[in-house]
Amino acid sequence: MNETKKIIEYSQIDSDRMRINVGPQHPSTHGVFRAEVEIDGEIVTELVPHIGYLHRCFEKHCEKRNFHQIVPYTDRLDYVSSMNNEWPYIMAVEKLAGIEVSEKVEILRVICAELNRIANHELCVATFGLDCGAFTPFLWLFRDREFALAILEKLSGGRLLYNYFAVGGMQKDIYPELKKDIKAFVKRVRETVVEVNNVLTYNKIFVNRTANVGILPKDVALSYACSGPVARASGIDYDLRKNEPYSVYNRFDFKTSVIREGEERHGCVGDSWNRNWVRVLEMEESCKILEQAIEILPEEGDVTAGIPKKVKVPKGEVYAHAESPKGEMGYYVVSNGKDIPERCRCRSASFVNLACLPDIVRGTMFADMIVILASIDIVLGDVDR
Amino acid sequence: METTYYIYNLIANSTTELIAAVIVAIIPLLFILPYALVAIYGELKISAFMQDKLGPMRTGPYGLLQPIAEVFKLLQKEDITPDAADKPLFNIAPVLIFVGSYAAFAVIPFSSYFAPSGLNVGIFFAMAISSLAVIAIMMGGWSSGNKFALLGAFRSVAQIVSYEIPAAMAVLGIAAMANTLNINTIIESQSGWFWNWFLFGGQGGIEKIWVIPFTVVMCVIYFISSLAECNRTPFDLVEGESELVAGYATEYSGMKYAMFYLAEYANMFVAAALITILFLGGWSSPLGDILNGPIWQLAWFVIKTMSIVFLQIWVRWTLPRIRVDQLMFVCWKVFLPISFVCFLAMALARMVQ
Amino acid sequence: MTTKEIFDTMKQYLGNDVIEVVTPDAGDEYIVVNAEKILDVAQFCRDFDEFAFDYLTLLSGIDCGETLGVVYHLFSTKNHNKVVLKAFVPRENPTLHTVERIWRAADWHERETYDMFGIVFQEHHNLIRILCPYDWEGYPLRKDYVAPTEYHGMPV
Repeated sequence: MNETKKIIEYSQIDSDRMRINVGPQHPSTHGVFRAEVEIDGEIVTELVPHIGYLHRCFEKHCEKRNFHQIVPYTDRLDYVSSMNNEWPYIMAVEKLAGIEVSEKVEILRVICAELNRIANHELCVATFGLDCGAFTPFLWLFRDREFALAILEKLSGGRLLYNYFAVGGMQKDIYPELKKDIKAFVKRVRETVVEVNNVLTYNKIFVNRTANVGILPKDVALSYACSGPVARASGIDYDLRKNEPYSVYNRFDFKTSVIREGEERHGCVGDSWNRNWVRVLEMEESCKILEQAIEILPEEGDVTAGIPKKVKVPKGEVYAHAESPKGEMGYYVVSNGKDIPERCRCRSASFVNLACLPDIVRGTMFADMIVILASIDIVLGDVDR
Repeated sequence: METTYYIYNLIANSTTELIAAVIVAIIPLLFILPYALVAIYGELKISAFMQDKLGPMRTGPYGLLQPIAEVFKLLQKEDITPDAADKPLFNIAPVLIFVGSYAAFAVIPFSSYFAPSGLNVGIFFAMAISSLAVIAIMMGGWSSGNKFALLGAFRSVAQIVSYEIPAAMAVLGIAAMANTLNINTIIESQSGWFWNWFLFGGQGGIEKIWVIPFTVVMCVIYFISSLAECNRTPFDLVEGESELVAGYATEYSGMKYAMFYLAEYANMFVAAALITILFLGGWSSPLGDILNGPIWQLAWFVIKTMSIVFLQIWVRWTLPRIRVDQLMFVCWKVFLPISFVCFLAMALARMVQ
Repeated sequence: MTTKEIFDTMKQYLGNDVIEVVTPDAGDEYIVVNAEKILDVAQFCRDFDEFAFDYLTLLSGIDCGETLGVVYHLFSTKNHNKVVLKAFVPRENPTLHTVERIWRAADWHERETYDMFGIVFQEHHNLIRILCPYDWEGYPLRKDYVAPTEYHGMPV
């Protein structure tokens, strides 16, 4: 009896381990992330992440450019939610320079950020499905994302990299049919989310693939300073829009989508399914915010009026952060009183969230590793900066 | 059945037996190539319809020439053999995989007047020869000298070998009910109206009604197992793009890759044809003796089989991929017990008769 | 809690490990702490119940001319307090104790700070470059950094 037990005990099996490079060129590392994975059969025993393939010296560039010129660089960090990258930077500089902006600008910023949030979450849910092998919902969501990008293009002129926020205002005024477009878009998003939920999110195969996979416990998530949907799926009630309502977020009625113990629909707190579920829920919340925002958006007022020719910043330092779709996006800007910042440090959500990957991947199946990576929702532009 | 070799005899009478054998062997190939083009086009258009897009529209009217364009693209590509590859095995594998799926066509009767071979153990031959794909995939995966390819090959072997058992149980059940392994006899024992198909319990009066649930379940099990044997979604973890890049075909390019591609579509057809033969009455008309001439039989056979192929494509574009341990769970702990029970019921139905 | 109150409490418990509160012309106040005692300060910040700074928002390096600095932005998810700590290290031989055992988020941030400023975090389990190539020379975000003209024979 003892003998037989010994044979089937997993740790007793003398097997060779295989090291494989997943990335930098791989279909599902979402860019140029390279993971050196050691596998024992199908089980991942170790994962060593290598990043930096897309490092573009953002912080070094910032020390050579004036405060206005940095805005386009911030676009290129997390290139699927550029509006949300610009905002905390603008907030930091405005805080330092003591610039107040009009109500119209604030509401327009909320609209841009929420539209971009929906676009980002659609992309993330779509690629998450794709990494599980479901191709059809991927295209449905991409089709809808196109409408969000079209609205942002009409507003700013750019489809992906906008350069729309400016210190003290916005680069361009709104266009007349904005409210109509957003209403149509919100209606469309709600329809697609129902469809995608039926085909993908509640699909038995999908639930089996993602529920209880890659569990990130609350204390570990906190220790790794995870933020955004990753933290909220682990039960941390941390949404900067609610916790420290910046801009005009306190005027809107919406919920933070936190998965709490005992309330999970499938799986358990902190698993991949719930990380995805938080994003699905957040799309609906963003729709709510958009609907309220277009009601109170004033037609009159020049959004470009407040932009100074040259930003005068006193000596000092500030850390400003905002809730980007991937988590807490923050900039630590140090000024020495000149036109050019002394230091502009960026806290990108993907970089911080990705750090927990080796811990939660260990011991899972190789296919689960891909699912977990997709559920963290990284963009390599944001990780490598 | 005396008419099985009708075409063979026709040719052999006017020329020699050798020429007749060669021509009869080539006919399925003449069928596979256009079929593959249609299937590729169908896959593109069906997926486009499901995904709310147009699909190919530029090459010819409604993109009809798209599959041909793709074949030409693959032909033009550079044929790369990696340095780390075991060259002979690497080059044989794509040929072998096609041989496996093509050989299965030898026993597939397209009509009561044409089957390349009327083997007495036809269904057994089809099961056995289509397993040759495992060897080819293992050869291709191992000889590529690529870890992704090797992993894909491992998975493939485990998957195909496991799923052969529920599939074999389904075949056994039908063999018991039809009392033969000969494909033509199996089809003949389902002749008459469509409720005589083995899907609905075979021949017999109203008292056979208790066996219908078992045969339907068996048909579903066989369909799912055949998906797994063809490495189609949701069982495409052998070449699961998001994990293993392209699995065993990672290092293949050009015409060798096209062979894998062609073999996949040929395999789909074989699997669909076997379902048609076993459960849907093969070439026999669903309307009894109405429209049951030799040409009509060909039409019925192709319609039934292509419906199953459509079903395979539909499933592929709807479901996500399952994981390797879930794959094994479904096979050994779900399908196997159920198929045993169904087999028992089907054997019982035979005994009662 | 304001930064001043936090400073007073820390002063009471940690004595001279915390040095002063600095209020710049604009923006956030910060507390300067003794770089040699950073581990004690960090431990205290996380475990002291009134603070409970369980969330290391950001750890960044900064070049202040004669010295290099490390800035810790801390946040408490329980009490919703925020504080900024700064520790200065000499330009020659900049070493500091790691805080990765207190907040695991510090792991990659410290690697990045090492990568960009050359600040060595003692007892860090894996202090290698993270964004630059592993064999890169120099510390790019130092003010006196001169960008190389070529890398492995390739012009930059």
